[in-house]
Amino acid sequence: MTNSSPRDSQSFRDSHGRPLVAVTGLGIVTSLGQGQADNWAALTAGRSGIHSIARFPTDGLRTRIAGTVDFLDTDPLVAPALSQRFAEEAAEEAIIQSCIGTKGNFPGALFIAVPPVEMEWPQRQSLAQASGQNGDITYSDLQRAASSGRFDSWHDLFIFATVADNIADRFGTKGSPISLSTACSSGATAIQLGVEAIRRGEMQAALCIGTDGSVNPESLIRFSLLSALSTQNDPPEGASKPFSKNRDGFVMGEGAAALVLENAEAARARGARILGYVLGCGEKGDGFHRTRSSPDGAPGIAAIRAALHDAGTGPNLIDTINAHGTSTPENDKMEALGCAAVFGERIRTLPISSNKSMIGHTLTAAGAIEAVISLLTIAHGRIPPTINYVVPDPALSLDVVTKARDARVSRVLSNSFGFGGQNTCLVLGDEPA
Amino acid sequence: MSQRDVVVTGIGLVSCAGEGVTAHLEAFVADSPKVVDTERFAPYPVHPAPVLVLDGQIPKKSDQRQMEAWQRLGVYAAGLALDSAGVKQDAIFKSAMHLVVACGGGERDTAVDGAILTGLRDAADPGAYLNEHLQNDLRPTLFLAQLSNLLAGNIAIVHGVTGASRTFMGEEASGVDALRNAQSRIASGQIDTMLVGGSYSAERPDVLVVHEMGGYLRKGDFRPVFEREGEGEAGFILGSTAAFLMLEAAETAAARDARIFARLLPVESDRPRRETGSVQRSLTALWGKAGPKPDLVISGATGVEGITTEERGVLDELAPGVPVTALGDLAGHSLEVTAPLGAALAAVLISEGRAREVAITTVGHRRGEGVVRLSALS
Repeated sequence: MTNSSPRDSQSFRDSHGRPLVAVTGLGIVTSLGQGQADNWAALTAGRSGIHSIARFPTDGLRTRIAGTVDFLDTDPLVAPALSQRFAEEAAEEAIIQSCIGTKGNFPGALFIAVPPVEMEWPQRQSLAQASGQNGDITYSDLQRAASSGRFDSWHDLFIFATVADNIADRFGTKGSPISLSTACSSGATAIQLGVEAIRRGEMQAALCIGTDGSVNPESLIRFSLLSALSTQNDPPEGASKPFSKNRDGFVMGEGAAALVLENAEAARARGARILGYVLGCGEKGDGFHRTRSSPDGAPGIAAIRAALHDAGTGPNLIDTINAHGTSTPENDKMEALGCAAVFGERIRTLPISSNKSMIGHTLTAAGAIEAVISLLTIAHGRIPPTINYVVPDPALSLDVVTKARDARVSRVLSNSFGFGGQNTCLVLGDEPA
Repeated sequence: MSQRDVVVTGIGLVSCAGEGVTAHLEAFVADSPKVVDTERFAPYPVHPAPVLVLDGQIPKKSDQRQMEAWQRLGVYAAGLALDSAGVKQDAIFKSAMHLVVACGGGERDTAVDGAILTGLRDAADPGAYLNEHLQNDLRPTLFLAQLSNLLAGNIAIVHGVTGASRTFMGEEASGVDALRNAQSRIASGQIDTMLVGGSYSAERPDVLVVHEMGGYLRKGDFRPVFEREGEGEAGFILGSTAAFLMLEAAETAAARDARIFARLLPVESDRPRRETGSVQRSLTALWGKAGPKPDLVISGATGVEGITTEERGVLDELAPGVPVTALGDLAGHSLEVTAPLGAALAAVLISEGRAREVAITTVGHRRGEGVVRLSALS
């Protein structure tokens, strides 16, 4: 962890003259466990959290595996409720670590990446049944059942702001909470929004969360229909194999991560222990295609460069890359191409690793979860491995970390790329640039 | 930190009143009855989208097909805003422009849903039945019409607005916060130009289910928002709308000789826990921070019982004698789009000299209040 050497007030500004943004609390939930300690132990041991899905029947599905979080439960078991539960656990851990504010009184705003909310099949079925319709069921029947008032509590369950609202109530965050989506880069965007708000001086602290509990039949099938998922169900823990020649898609994962961000000067003034800094955030849109990236990789490259520029650092000062590394043929190829363009020859010897090999693709949460793991990587001086890297893709000249590797890590680049042309990259560091 | 002025230099509007600036100005001025369809989704009235010639803003049929109604409305309105700002043909300008979108998502194939629900009733193995039919019957591309961030994605693809996008979700509050975030990013010097807005399709049986749970929908015929006070009168009539504004730093707008509709002042929003009187307290506090001196108020009031009366009462105190127009009377209630729609309309009225300063208020049907303030330049 960063030592607490006193710094003069000038150095609480970054190289662009903006307030430095420190991280003072981290929380994490994945299929590997709850909390930093359990996750770190599992990640560095190369353990997989991917398993056969037990939550719902998988008969007839091409993909029957996921990194579901089965040790936390809700009633009803629906994506927004699960997402809220994971977020609460992660936020609780982060806020306790940061020792900020008082219980139920977080002195800053909430930025939370949540999966898009929709009514789910068990609820549709309940409405259909309550309608008494014995013939063909239509939405008119569901509306009639809804008008009975019996299902009123589901309104809040299935609108978009509720998860954030409940988190805001529980932790006492200030102002109007932001619920956001930038698809698979959402978690990174939540952090970026918090960083920017602190830099603008709008607040001294922000609670930034990414959460996703949306492994259910329809979500899984949607990705499956786009041929995005691995179908190598056996063994489950071998399916996610980023950067491997035989990679065949991602594996859905669940979880959440929370970061307490603070104006570094304010954090130091209250005697907080600074765990690291969010030095830079970069983003770039891609208008090429709804699910594929520009063939030249330019937007991804621009996002990485924007993050480095925002951090006031160059590619030579990055010690490791926490890859987006989904294990899809397309992503890993484009990510390798993008990194090679930015890092040049050095990419052959620059350690790169994908946490998704063990926890799957946690979608909305991924950017936040991987930022937390990046900060743990810095703190422990150890890079978690990319498991299942048995058949390297010879087209990608990367130094993929296959066993936990000890290294002095001062700065990490964390990449997130998503459907809809979303590219968001973060630079996390132990000391200001 | 020194703050820059933020101005509106482009407007794109679509609602039951029609498309574009002129149609909305005329609808605002006219005292004629608004377009309400009471038949198609009975017992729920809706304010439907106008008939649009999509090719005008979404030239490729393949793009039109890859979207559902809510996205087509939004992409169309975003195109209108780019046209209005005079940057539609400027590929380099657009490739650097950032987007903040406020929207929901979750489009359904209602025929498939109905057939699956019917089949599930007697299925021997419901889990296997559901899996089989979702796999076989869902259109793969429907997913892309369900994802919230794919409105922004489609704007990037169709219009080439590819700086980067962020999508805010969360009903009424997300529209206010999209404006707040965009305004502050420009005012602080972080960025020069942004496209901000959202879209909503009311003509979806599935969203009517969600809002019927909780009893938020008005049934029967249209009645003005502030007159829905009697027994069984309250609730909102959903409206299909889309609104986008191009926001720009005043200095860069001036440098490119852009037409300026109005100035957008810092946006105020909050979400105190709802209880009796909380709307009044919250709006009063936000009004105090925003500091408007409007000659017109555009209210995003929903028509939902309690909070609508509370809002009307507090507006009488905050802006005594100032006319209050309910956006819902013009275009229906469109959740995330409420604040952008109100702001766009206000900018039109100011640019036409019909108001010097307009305050827009939003009170979310479940949570979140906002005050948006636009004024003439000097």
